[in-house]
Amino acid sequence: MRPEDRELVAQLCAARAGLRVDPEKSYLIESRLAPVARREGFGSIPDLLTALRTKREDRLAWAIVEAMTQSETAFFRDRAPFSLFREEVLPTLARVRDGEPIRIWSAACGSGQEVYSLAMVVEDERAEMPGIKVELFGSDLCERQLEKAQSGLYTQFEVQRGLPIRQLVRHFEKVDDMWALSPRVRQMVRWRRINLVADLSTAGRFDVIFCRYVLCDLVEPMKARLLENLARALSPEGFLFLGEGETATGFEDAFQPVAGRPGLFARNPAFRVAA
Amino acid sequence: MKTCLVVDDSRVIRKVARRILEDIGFEIAEAADGMEALAWCRAAMPDAVLLDWNMPQMTGIDFLRHLRLEPGGKAPVVVFCTVENDLARIREALDCGADEYIMKPFDGDIIAAKFAEVGLV
Repeated sequence: MRPEDRELVAQLCAARAGLRVDPEKSYLIESRLAPVARREGFGSIPDLLTALRTKREDRLAWAIVEAMTQSETAFFRDRAPFSLFREEVLPTLARVRDGEPIRIWSAACGSGQEVYSLAMVVEDERAEMPGIKVELFGSDLCERQLEKAQSGLYTQFEVQRGLPIRQLVRHFEKVDDMWALSPRVRQMVRWRRINLVADLSTAGRFDVIFCRYVLCDLVEPMKARLLENLARALSPEGFLFLGEGETATGFEDAFQPVAGRPGLFARNPAFRVAA
Repeated sequence: MKTCLVVDDSRVIRKVARRILEDIGFEIAEAADGMEALAWCRAAMPDAVLLDWNMPQMTGIDFLRHLRLEPGGKAPVVVFCTVENDLARIREALDCGADEYIMKPFDGDIIAAKFAEVGLV
């Protein structure tokens, strides 16, 4: 790939999704775009980019951006946030909501491991919290990732990254060489394609938002846009989970770090997002 | 330093597992089947056992049943590591007192994650 081709991809990702792509990382860009070129019927990545330049086709542009957003994930990634969710956040919200639905959003859910981990926790805790109602939402920018997430099918390698064996036994069936999540857990989650740096005013209100390892991948000006969107979407009693090392810089008024709980932020009920 | 007994009839697998576990801070002992493993445990109970299923002399599951009846035999954390990947087999292992379960093929990330899951690292 020529440097100007890589530069074009980086610009496209920053403009459409706020995504920071290092144009020097030719291997990463090529490995992500090769399948797109193949799928769209182009002989090579340069052919794909030539078509993008000449036709300015929206669908093609998004296919490229979406391919670049895909990142690695795992069930119960980092473990600690899920213990916090199970032991503190969920019981607190169950009391606050008192039978009203608790709405939980996995923003940038990728292939679904994060939101399904939350669903399994809810399922496992149900007996402890009679009458609890939970609505789970998974969103991602990448249509293909959402399709994979919705299928609930994972490889043996994927179910061994972070998923405790008792959870596998309780919630999965083996289907040929794959592991299929039980329909009961799958049906707990609703899916939507969402661009986190677009206008999110219609996305709804949530009591818990998991938005981990998105901020760290954004270009600087879009970080504030994302945090503003999250502040708008989080209910006054809500909690936000960010990834390890991510902070709500510039939005300390909206999100208060919970002491001794790295990555967990409580919504300041007094904070109002400017209209 | 915590000790882990690696039980597998394949010398190659034992070697691979040894390297991975030494990197995450374990002292390693090796046994080629369940009988040998049981002898090891009677001499010095390890903190953890990484256990293959199908082996000559005594299988992993038979070893586990014996181990849990030995004095002090409830203490070691036992992690199966086997090609057996049917749910019925996994349930059987858990019912016999296994703590975690790895389906081969494995890599360093899987072993580290599973050992973290049961509080060994």
